[in-house]
Amino acid sequence: MQVVVLVKQVADTAARIKLADGKQDIDRQSASLIVNPYDEMAVEEALRIKEKHGATVWVVTLGGAKAEEALRTALAMGADEAARVTAGASDPLTAAKALAQAVREITADIVIAGRSAADDEQGQVGALVATLLGWPHVTEVTKLEFSGGAGVAEREVEGGVEVLEFSLPVVVTAQEGLNTPRYASLPGIMKAKRKEIRQIAVDAAVVGEPVLESRSLELPPPRGQGQILSGLEPAEAAKELVRILHEEAKLI
Amino acid sequence: MILAVLEAHEGSLKKISAELAAAARKAQALVGADGVALLLVGPDAAAAGAAAALDADLCLTVQGEAFSTYAAEAWALAVVEAAKEVSATVVLFGSTSFGRDLAPRVAGLLGAGLLADVGDLSLDGGHLLAERSIYSGKVLAQVASLSAVTVATVRPNAFAPAGSAAAAPCRALAVDVAPASVHCRVREVRRQAATRPELTEASVVVAGGRGLKEAENFHLVEELADLLGAAVGTTRATVDAGWRPHSEQIGQTGKNIAPALYINVGISGAVQHISGVLASRTIVSINRDAEAPIFKISDYGVVGDALEILPHLIEEVRRLS
Repeated sequence: MQVVVLVKQVADTAARIKLADGKQDIDRQSASLIVNPYDEMAVEEALRIKEKHGATVWVVTLGGAKAEEALRTALAMGADEAARVTAGASDPLTAAKALAQAVREITADIVIAGRSAADDEQGQVGALVATLLGWPHVTEVTKLEFSGGAGVAEREVEGGVEVLEFSLPVVVTAQEGLNTPRYASLPGIMKAKRKEIRQIAVDAAVVGEPVLESRSLELPPPRGQGQILSGLEPAEAAKELVRILHEEAKLI
Repeated sequence: MILAVLEAHEGSLKKISAELAAAARKAQALVGADGVALLLVGPDAAAAGAAAALDADLCLTVQGEAFSTYAAEAWALAVVEAAKEVSATVVLFGSTSFGRDLAPRVAGLLGAGLLADVGDLSLDGGHLLAERSIYSGKVLAQVASLSAVTVATVRPNAFAPAGSAAAAPCRALAVDVAPASVHCRVREVRRQAATRPELTEASVVVAGGRGLKEAENFHLVEELADLLGAAVGTTRATVDAGWRPHSEQIGQTGKNIAPALYINVGISGAVQHISGVLASRTIVSINRDAEAPIFKISDYGVVGDALEILPHLIEEVRRLS
């Protein structure tokens, strides 16, 4: 069985984000780059499938040479094989077309991606890949089990939990709660350094034209200085806060 | 036309449905479409009467064996058929667990651009333009859709719900789905007893953090929430500590909220929490640390111990009613 994990290198949103000149993109030079946290959960889930059922775990990324760092991180966690896809993809649909082509070439049975990337927060590539391949998909999965050529997934919905049954091949996307990703081992890190990374070039004809275009980025305006009460007794503070919210702001 | 895919539960429309109808009217005005059509698929079709009363021009339903429980492959075909039926140029979903699962499948089938988690819509050079919050709320992006048909998921609480209007005509649409073409389907939904509004839909949210010192003290947060008809939220720290369920977690690895009023107590405001609450209209914070980052994004606040202030706050709010 071949399990393909789609991983993306993203700017760490816990660090400071600056905009690049022209405001079309963030300043990637100054950004600290990490593996998208949801993708780490996807890698972890693939490794668990391998340990339980036996599988070859592929990690696949789309991007420039620097994105291979994300592949090496996943290899160090225990992934078996890695591939970097190069294609002129600039939006989720073109990215999905390029990645779907890589999935075809690897002849995967299961594709796991993160529910969304922490940078552009599109949350659509996983389901798009499934649609392009003609496979079923389950997004935002918090529990996953396989037996034979089928599986059961759970996802959190408003007011409950959905339990879905599916057959392979399938694309699922990992949500917080699915697992806790393992740390890379030292031998894993050493091995990952030497691992050859397969290069998959996808034709412009396959990728097609983008359907989305980022027009501009802005840093959101800072919220105005609020009215903060301090130095009051708890009873007084509560009374004054409720008075403000009720009489002035008319919110309660 | 603009097609909005509504959501219902047990015969009643969900709050997002009226917001979608309003967003559809806005999209109609922007792109100059000739009307708004609302779509209900499967068990949701039971709410067709309520949907017809929303401000729209047409209400479509799709029902049948293939639509007995949610199956993205079947639902996507239904939406694509409905989109063809009304010559839709824009197809709207809620940015809900349902919409986020289904919209990309529909976009993929239509070869359409998907504007995800849209806070507002505008027009730029003939293209529909979406305002989106990205990088954990640190960047606001304007994204244009270049395709002939645009699919979008609309963030809950971003559009004021549509009012009611003269009943729109309702029509059932027949959509054939071969059982063999459906490879994934909902087997069951385990409902949690809902005594409070859902976190992402609520107009008021009350959340507590580690400043409450122990899980047992959360009853104070619940009490205040119930007085205000609010949803209850929390932080990643309390979820990791096992105090609260993940379904209540607000922030980067939990839910993004956009209520009219967000009250938080004992939450210092880690980056990943703040990213999930920035879209709130008014933020009220109670924290003992005057330097806590949460105060930098708060409209109103009290510096003080959450456990000392909460009982008084509950008392004062109770006095209002």
